[in-house]
Amino acid sequence: MFYRETGQYKTNYGADEQIFPIRQDRIGVMIILAFAYLAVPFIGDDYWFSAILIPFLILSLAAIGLNLLTGYAGQLSLGSAGFMAVGAFAAYNFMLRIEGMPFLLGFILAGLSAAAVGIVFGLPSLRVKGFYLAAATLASQFFIEWVLTKFPWFTNNSASGVITAQKMVLFGYAFDTPMSRYLLTLVIVTLLALAAKNLVRTRTGRDWMAIRDMDVAAEVIGIPMLKTKLLAFAISSFYLGVAGALWAYCYLGTVEPQAFELTRSMQLLFMIIIGGMGTIVGAFFGAAFIVLLPIFLNLFTSTIFAGQVDPGMLSHLEQLVFGGMIIFFLIVEPLGLARLWQLGKQKLRLWPFPH
Amino acid sequence: MRQHVKAIRRMARWIALGLMGGAGAALAAGEQFIPISSPRIGQMSAIGTGLSGGYIDYIELVNQRDGGVGGVKLAWEECETEYKVDRGVECYERLKKKGSTGASVFNHIHTGTTYATIERSVADKVPLVSIGYGRTDAADGRVFPFTFPLLATYWSQNTAQVKFIGMREGGMDKLKGKKIAHVYHDSPFGKETINIMNLQAKKYGFEVIHVGITPPGTEQQSQWLQVRQAKPDWVIMVAAGVMTPVALKSAQKVGYPVDRIVSGWWSGAEEDTIPAGDAAQGFITSSHTPTGTQFPVIQELIKRFYSQGKKGNMEDVKRVGSAYYNIGVIHGILNIEGIRVAQGKYGKKPLTGEQVRWGLEHLSIDEKRLKQLGALGLLQPLKTSCMDHEGGGAVKFSQWDGKKWNTITDWVSSDQSIVRPLIEESAAKYAKEKNIKLRDCSKES
Repeated sequence: MFYRETGQYKTNYGADEQIFPIRQDRIGVMIILAFAYLAVPFIGDDYWFSAILIPFLILSLAAIGLNLLTGYAGQLSLGSAGFMAVGAFAAYNFMLRIEGMPFLLGFILAGLSAAAVGIVFGLPSLRVKGFYLAAATLASQFFIEWVLTKFPWFTNNSASGVITAQKMVLFGYAFDTPMSRYLLTLVIVTLLALAAKNLVRTRTGRDWMAIRDMDVAAEVIGIPMLKTKLLAFAISSFYLGVAGALWAYCYLGTVEPQAFELTRSMQLLFMIIIGGMGTIVGAFFGAAFIVLLPIFLNLFTSTIFAGQVDPGMLSHLEQLVFGGMIIFFLIVEPLGLARLWQLGKQKLRLWPFPH
Repeated sequence: MRQHVKAIRRMARWIALGLMGGAGAALAAGEQFIPISSPRIGQMSAIGTGLSGGYIDYIELVNQRDGGVGGVKLAWEECETEYKVDRGVECYERLKKKGSTGASVFNHIHTGTTYATIERSVADKVPLVSIGYGRTDAADGRVFPFTFPLLATYWSQNTAQVKFIGMREGGMDKLKGKKIAHVYHDSPFGKETINIMNLQAKKYGFEVIHVGITPPGTEQQSQWLQVRQAKPDWVIMVAAGVMTPVALKSAQKVGYPVDRIVSGWWSGAEEDTIPAGDAAQGFITSSHTPTGTQFPVIQELIKRFYSQGKKGNMEDVKRVGSAYYNIGVIHGILNIEGIRVAQGKYGKKPLTGEQVRWGLEHLSIDEKRLKQLGALGLLQPLKTSCMDHEGGGAVKFSQWDGKKWNTITDWVSSDQSIVRPLIEESAAKYAKEKNIKLRDCSKES
């Protein structure tokens, strides 16, 4: 009843080619954006901004990046955290070594650096596929971490190897409160998410999906493998690089190479598996599930059972429940939360009069 | 499908409940709130359970025996960090405003989280204490007003280790011409001491060879062969976690004498040596906290919480008096002493983080006070100031006899003539990068 596109006529090509062709979707997205931009800054507090929302947004962005590569182009990657590290350290070094570098330009350069590294590590994808490719991308994960630890130049000779991010100033305004950082992150994530949503509908996106579904067939119909696969690696790494820079500048304020170790790559991969491969909204669902759920579980158990159950036991219990929920969701819907969301929308089209 | 919707609805309700519960946990007014971040699960669970156990037991001891500090009850809440920066930061943000006056002081038990919260802590005016980890150059209180790497930093520990080797050799002048291998965890943590080893090699005329072990250090055969070939007189090891037992076993395999290996506090626990079996026999480590239950304060904790079926925070009673437990008790003593000193200035009421910071900067614990605390020998005398946020700088050396750690030296002081210039240089660099104006310590009261 509420979600029905009957009567929404598209009378020109523009209307037919919109990012969200259904009016309800447009309104929904508008409401969510309005809420995030206008309401959240007033109702959120420091805790929500700097401990929940900012990491959630950044990891969503990273998950979008990985989803472009793995979900759309079908190239399994285990090196995503490595590209985030490249972004973080590139942003740091650009801003450290070039006087007066605007931080937004620094972020873009960070993304481009990550893209360049991504292309190099994407080369094996031309020869190997599937799990073998995953193992090859694993090399990037270890190699990047090793390089950043090995050569002190990247950390400006800091004894401990931890860098601290410079201040972010735009036209004399310093982004130093949690709220301003949240808004900054939100703007960047919105723009890049919309760009990604659009990108996957273009020729490039369709080429990626063709390769994902059957690369031999894609090659036969004339999709250039080299260009398309490397482009997927480059764009995906760009997103991851920007996410890494945001992680360093908007979230933690410091970065150590260990912050981007293999577990982070795994985490991102789980996000897109649980959220939904090959969807943009799935990245947000997945990030929410993987990042926020453990925190809520912790808050929940620590208030309900505090003092009654041994705290070590409680922490293990949380992990148990979390693991259980992952299995539950994968059994209920192997295609991810985004698929559940889509099914929900399908049901709403017929509601309240299902067959 | 209907069951999916139902499941989702059920979960949403559950999450909402958790949220409300988290926000609604109230603390009685008039209590001093201490947040406790602990990595009880994850790779550092041995540290998390032992350290938090000792810390919480000591807080409870002060509450039950003395009725709190100066009549102000101590309230605490634990938060699980899983030894991850993002979870640690979340814990910091969650707990920093709890209690009537906000959090007193944070101990993150995690170097990355300490780094990530240094700037936040200045903005929020909550002190950070990092005992045996964290940012070494934060010992310069002029640049880092809210950060306290109390007792001894990695650099101080390293000079004390060289001094210990000098003592064993019969004098620092005997180090000339000797060879010391520096076997380090090849990570920011392990690499911190490379520079200071080189400086000392130059000063005392010994030769140093650096051997990096790729984290986590489960495979060290080739590196120990390299050590064996170089035939060093001593090995100074920087190890943590699984690296320690593997190193000891590898050393035994290639035939390097284990009683010539000196390591630091993150490999000086029972959890580090027991897995190595008899390969660990003779292994020497330095620590700012000796193990054992012989200290009066530990005895009191046992009497109060672990005798006649009473229950303290530790799951395994046998670990009371172990390395991590004792470090936890030290955490309790130092943080609470900070609160006590601050009460002397601001009055006996719940204090803000900023006021506790003043207390931590004016700690003065002498032998007399240590005796009162029942911690003589467990804790070194220390005095902090605006210039010096480290305070002590000394360590004790212990040797593993196959069953337990035996303390083999008294407090061995560090060589601040080497450490301090490095700290000031590094802190000044940070200050310049961050545009921080140094505090003028002559104007601080």
